[in-house]
Amino acid sequence: MKVRSILADVRKSLGIAVWSMVLLFPLMVMKVSVTRGVAQVQFRWNFLPFVGIAGFVLSFAWRIALEWKDRRGNNKSEGTFSRVKAWSGQYFARPAVRTSALLALLSFVIAYPFLFGMYHTNIMITAFIYVILALGLNIVVGLGGLLNLGYAAFFGVGAYTYGLMWKYLGHSFIAAGIDPGWLFWISLPLAGIMASLFGILLSLPVLRLRGDYLAIITLAFGEIFRMVMQNSSDITGGATGISLIPRPWFFGHKLPPPQAATYIYFIAIVLVIITIFIVRRIEDSRVGRALEAMREDEVACEAMGINLVKNKLITFALGSFWAGIAGVIMAAQTTYINPDSFTLWESIIILMAVVIGGTGSIPGVIGGAILLKLLPEYFRALAQYRMLIYGIAMVLVIIFKPDGLIPRKRKQYTFEEKELSK
Amino acid sequence: MALLELKDVHTFYGNIQALKGISISVDEGEIVTLIGANGAGKTTTLMSICAITPLRSGQILLNGKEISRVSPNKIVKMGVSQVPEGRRIFPQLSVSENLDMGAFLRTDKEGIKRNMEEVFAIFPRLAERRNQLGGTLSGGEQQMLAISRALMANPHLLLLDEPSLGLAPLVVQNIFEVIQKINKERKTTILLVEQNANMALKIANKGYVMQNGIIKSADTAAHLLENEEVRKAYLGL
Repeated sequence: MKVRSILADVRKSLGIAVWSMVLLFPLMVMKVSVTRGVAQVQFRWNFLPFVGIAGFVLSFAWRIALEWKDRRGNNKSEGTFSRVKAWSGQYFARPAVRTSALLALLSFVIAYPFLFGMYHTNIMITAFIYVILALGLNIVVGLGGLLNLGYAAFFGVGAYTYGLMWKYLGHSFIAAGIDPGWLFWISLPLAGIMASLFGILLSLPVLRLRGDYLAIITLAFGEIFRMVMQNSSDITGGATGISLIPRPWFFGHKLPPPQAATYIYFIAIVLVIITIFIVRRIEDSRVGRALEAMREDEVACEAMGINLVKNKLITFALGSFWAGIAGVIMAAQTTYINPDSFTLWESIIILMAVVIGGTGSIPGVIGGAILLKLLPEYFRALAQYRMLIYGIAMVLVIIFKPDGLIPRKRKQYTFEEKELSK
Repeated sequence: MALLELKDVHTFYGNIQALKGISISVDEGEIVTLIGANGAGKTTTLMSICAITPLRSGQILLNGKEISRVSPNKIVKMGVSQVPEGRRIFPQLSVSENLDMGAFLRTDKEGIKRNMEEVFAIFPRLAERRNQLGGTLSGGEQQMLAISRALMANPHLLLLDEPSLGLAPLVVQNIFEVIQKINKERKTTILLVEQNANMALKIANKGYVMQNGIIKSADTAAHLLENEEVRKAYLGL
């Protein structure tokens, strides 16, 4: 039975190989060159076998992977991998192991900027910014179930809040003898609030929309924000953006760039921890569960007396808040912002981090964000294939791990178990 | 004074008129049933009471107070709770979380706890499955969950929309027994929308027959069961 199915796979893959040779013939084998107005066709026959072999290998691997997925779906609890997973799960459930693992991770994270230098520290800061962004978007997409394709706009609102504060208030700060580093700390909560306000502004027209329509409106909002920033040159500096934004000062001292990077790194860590803490609290709270209920069934929500309007406003406001915070860190880290940093592509990457990591799962979303930000940095050689790789990764995740790399483990809400068991 | 009174209610979906002047009255402690064929406007009537599909004209009075311009969440707060058609439980939430969402507007933790125990006493099956996700329950269990979820709001008036939909006859029997029990023991007034006219009329005090957005006839349930026309059209006798 098994041999037969493999033979069938081989036969089908051979078919695919032949097809790919035929289809890719004009692209891979024929080469047209024009010399003095005369087209000359050169046939590179030696390419043909490679095309065939590649087609065969890819198709065969794909079939094996699909079969493996089906088999794994049938008997989930068996197999070495799941046994290792179960064992490590038990191992990590022990409080002592958990605490020491967390401590080890924490000390590594703290030592990181001193071990690896400024370049790597900066990359890490970017990764942390994306972690905050992904956690924020996760509230909207994972909990509330509202697809937001304009999330980068809120990121931009945060960055521009800090940028504009610097542009218009920086001089008066210096004139008054207050160090401009304070602007960062004022901007941090302010940017969060501004982003929340914009979130509420966006949520008003989309209250009655779901799914595709919501995605389109949020997408449009993202582009509108970018266009407004780009075209109101008098206020925002237009396409040239705002430059020389100060990094945060360390208790009244202006730090040189490497130390400033380390400082921002630690600020980012603290903010990531605060974000994780608050997002978890939201998830476990009644409001969080109401958001999930809204994702599941809006009519039932209304019948239960949950105010949908209020719920949606809360979702957008809470989700956007973190984007605003992340924007300030981003502006402080790069010291320069312009509208090109907040394109649709940016929104899509954040959404991809959420989906690839595992929608609704906090560890998943963190992992997804770090993965999507770090891998491109360390594989710069493959930079021109980045989109291709992202696309392939997305397809693979959706087919093989539809719940994401670290799927959400629902926290069981055990209510008065004791009273009933007696 | 009736607990709930609908006076000449007109409701539209866009340009399509679903209710063409409905008048219903439900007294305290009664079971009132609303029967009729598909598309008669039964569900719309319930949705209008809950203000989920707001009415265009007419009046809805709860305890003599006009509620037709009140928002859905305030109506739930006033003690009207709905079991929507097709159950509409939250599939990704566990049974106890579903129940907790039913008590969303209440803040008395002790009362919610007590209420949950009461509900588990009515449906022991739910107690067994309280940590299971709602979506993994069978149809009958989901209906039990939907009814329990509505009860968690501690309503005076329970609106039930086709609780027998898609369930096996034995399960339907069980659900109807529970509905009667809720009415007797909790003194909850019930407005029951049903296609299963026979079952509904047997447990109800009063019945309304709907057709194409109007009330065709209204009488006591016993009389409607005897009524020749109703027997022919809805009871298949």
